[in-house]
Amino acid sequence: MDSQLIAWAHAALQALLFVAAAPLLTGWVNRVKCHLQNRAAAPVWQPYRDLAKLLRKRMVLAENASWLFRDVPYIVFGAMLLAAAVVPLVAVRLPTAAIADVIVLVGFFALARFFTALAGLDIGTAFGGMGASREMMVSALAEPAMLMAVFTLSMTAATTNLSIATEYILQAGLVLRPSFLFALLGLAMVAVAECSRIPVDNPATHLELTMLHEAMILEYSGRYLALIEWASQIKLMIYAVLIVDFFFPWGIARDFSAAALAISAVAVTAKLMLLGVVLVAWETVLAKKRLFRVPQFLGYAFLLSLLGVLSHVVLETGG
Amino acid sequence: MSGTNEIPLLLAYTAAACSLLSGVVSVFAVRRHPGFLHFGSFLFLFAAGAASIAAGAWTLLADITVTDQFALGPPWLSWHLRLDPLSGYFLVLLGTLVVAASLYGPSYTREFARRGAAQPLPPLGVFTAFFVVSMQGLLLADDALMFMISWEMMSLSGYFLVAYQHQHPANRHAAFLYLLLAHVGALIILISFGVLAAFGGGLSFDQMRSASVTPLWATLAFAFAFIGFGIKAGIVPLHVWLPDAHPVAPSHISALMSGVMIKMGIYGIVRVSYDLIGNVRWEWGVVVLIVGTASALLGVLYAIMQHDLKRLLAYHSIENIGIILMGLGLSMIFLGSGHAMLGTLGLVAALYHTFNHALFKGLLFLGAGAVLYRTHERDLDHMGGLIHRMPVTALMFLIGCVAISALPPFNGFVSEWLTFQTALQAPVLHNGVLRALIPIAAALLALTGALAAACFVKVFGIAFLGKPRTRRVAHAREVPASMLAGMGLLAALCLLLGVFPTSVIEAMAPITRLLVHDALPSTLAQGWWWLTPIAPQVASYSAPFLVIAIIGVFFIGYVFLKRRAAPWRTGYAWDCGFGRLSHRMQYTSTAFSQPIRRVFGAVWKVEEQVETSALPGPLPRAKSIHHQLHVQDWSWLLCYVPIGQLVLAAAKRVGVIQTGNIHTYLKYSFVTLLIFLWIVS
Repeated sequence: MDSQLIAWAHAALQALLFVAAAPLLTGWVNRVKCHLQNRAAAPVWQPYRDLAKLLRKRMVLAENASWLFRDVPYIVFGAMLLAAAVVPLVAVRLPTAAIADVIVLVGFFALARFFTALAGLDIGTAFGGMGASREMMVSALAEPAMLMAVFTLSMTAATTNLSIATEYILQAGLVLRPSFLFALLGLAMVAVAECSRIPVDNPATHLELTMLHEAMILEYSGRYLALIEWASQIKLMIYAVLIVDFFFPWGIARDFSAAALAISAVAVTAKLMLLGVVLVAWETVLAKKRLFRVPQFLGYAFLLSLLGVLSHVVLETGG
Repeated sequence: MSGTNEIPLLLAYTAAACSLLSGVVSVFAVRRHPGFLHFGSFLFLFAAGAASIAAGAWTLLADITVTDQFALGPPWLSWHLRLDPLSGYFLVLLGTLVVAASLYGPSYTREFARRGAAQPLPPLGVFTAFFVVSMQGLLLADDALMFMISWEMMSLSGYFLVAYQHQHPANRHAAFLYLLLAHVGALIILISFGVLAAFGGGLSFDQMRSASVTPLWATLAFAFAFIGFGIKAGIVPLHVWLPDAHPVAPSHISALMSGVMIKMGIYGIVRVSYDLIGNVRWEWGVVVLIVGTASALLGVLYAIMQHDLKRLLAYHSIENIGIILMGLGLSMIFLGSGHAMLGTLGLVAALYHTFNHALFKGLLFLGAGAVLYRTHERDLDHMGGLIHRMPVTALMFLIGCVAISALPPFNGFVSEWLTFQTALQAPVLHNGVLRALIPIAAALLALTGALAAACFVKVFGIAFLGKPRTRRVAHAREVPASMLAGMGLLAALCLLLGVFPTSVIEAMAPITRLLVHDALPSTLAQGWWWLTPIAPQVASYSAPFLVIAIIGVFFIGYVFLKRRAAPWRTGYAWDCGFGRLSHRMQYTSTAFSQPIRRVFGAVWKVEEQVETSALPGPLPRAKSIHHQLHVQDWSWLLCYVPIGQLVLAAAKRVGVIQTGNIHTYLKYSFVTLLIFLWIVS
């Protein structure tokens, strides 16, 4: 019972750490990007300052806003918080991972996106509708690719439980599976699309016509905007941690001893920093695609993920 | 047969009697006494629904099978009745929707009782009653005779309900198409029963069950049953009647049709293949899986192009039937390959989704009816902003949208989760092709789910959010409480079935024990709040914990952020500094789905015409722009138009013998008589 309690406490602490650390990853990405593009960089904790500022500010709501518009930020943030709680960050054997497996995790993302898109349509502006329509198109193509990528892993590990799957990959040691290579590429491309990064979307744009995610949340301000921004930062971090957990889990703690946790914290920080650099390099060398080139990009991601599943069931099982 | 075991059967008889009484009462509902319909008929219908639920739930929970016989018709053919867990489950489903419709109906039908309304009231009540009682009979039937009579009665009364507002030519056309395909379907089902009856030596289902059918004939019987019931269920490409017929019936009837009637097709497929034929083969499963995947994906793609709300919902029924069939197909594949537990899981997923779809599709049709009732609009592009005018309806409709989009923690998610879990077990199969096929089907299921979410963002966003696009919509009011009660019942069940999946699966154990002699023991092994269909370490989902967490997060957010915060200020929406936005600047439903239309362009026959007349002058300015868009279903053009032309051409050839001369016809009769006499002698 005691070990159960400790495990739950660790899970809760880990979820809080996840949520608290998410802006830091965004800050890191922004800083590296500035350095790489020869611009003066803001400190890594700049996102915290922005969030604090937004939380303090008084909000302006559009006159047509309904109750749905006012509840969406809470729903989106809540969904991301729950999603963060089931992804192993510094330790596996999370009891929370049993509540929601990887399909439910994808369901959380879908839930947040569904309501964000509705909020975009609520005010009745063309931008909101445009953002919602395009975001739903992108996600309709990205979601199957995402599920296929994670199915490759869950078929390999024979579980959809994230914590157990990560542990399985840890135990399997350094084996090179062709299916994992495909799944990694597919998942990375989906992550780029889902986190509204270049070449699908541009998080830094200020031109309404080129925005997807930002167009939906154009009418939000103050506290609501803070919650939604924070939620997107958590989402970026979840995708990064998923990639780390699935493909490079080495170093993650398998019990809750202080030494293991410390090593794991250092390891995961290093891995996330490295992933951030990769993302920045990717975003720097690529330009944003036209909207109707995006389906090709995502179709490619879907194909890679599907190849991952197929090469698993054909090459790596039974027969 | 002990005393208590007869109670469910008596309850089922009570339900049927109440439905008939509801029909009798509505005969008196002439224009001067609409109360007979509003109160009498719907009261009996409510009782019929409640009794159906009681009968079905009793049978299911007590895990009993009771049989009975009626001496009706020819002396050597008595009607066999049987109430077992499978029919009990579908009786509960039927009863739930009937109860919701009977709560909703009294206010909704008020419109038809207005002075000067085109339709008389009695037919509506009478045929609704026939419709319900025939479905009850269908579920109780234990021989092919009673089954087919009930089936035909269901199709016929459905025809009169579809054609109820017959002054619109489109409705008559829809009803005719419905009737035609219903009869083709019934004929094919009859052939299937014929095959089984030939081997069993009789029409009763007991004889068919005990018959040993050779694999070839079993496959033929299955194929005919699948096509025949598939027409009713609406599988692609046999679905064309469905999006025409369901929307034109009164909304509570649409709910019954999409919620229950097409499920009778699923009931038929399950009854014939699992129960009557018995040994399901994995080859059948492959066919069912492929057809199901095609129906799911094409159904949602067709749906997303619609802007008529009820038509869109009807197309989504095709999608959901596809998802149900995917579960069934997986179940057959695993059962046929000797994996009984996984076969059971697939069957549970399919039956669970059957119930779920009945609930949320019923809810959505009732919601669409509520909008129709207040605004007389079915076109999404004329709606908008209804969340301000009809807040409770909007909330109910939103619950339906979230549930059908398979988002946690609602019921649609649970059944899709179970289907995914079944599909993920594909590596246990020995056949490499199947191991590759099932993940592809799962990928397409994921695509279907994501597209459904996109479609329902469109539906809710265009109809209920934004600004009103027409005057009637701008002045809509909330619907009466009784209509809200009907929707509220279904909305509450959508949440309950999403949060307590283990209890539902436990209640379904008698069905799987009856059909595949297996249950899912591990589902409940971890307690009722953990859903672990295969084993806890393989997959687990805990909806109750999830709901507690959601409430907790929301509560913390509310306490820490909402209560302390300064009040907001209201301002104009961002208009780029160009002056005020009008409702015409909003995205329409057609605009919303344009990116998806472009990506999946080959699926539809799209005809787009833009006519621009330019203003004279050096600058290219448009005087008027006329945009026309026709999106058509390929299956109609590729499958039905050629067949129709063929039938017409054949009829013309045969028409040669039709001279219009009475002497010729007498000659025909004489020759026919001679031939018959020759055959008989």
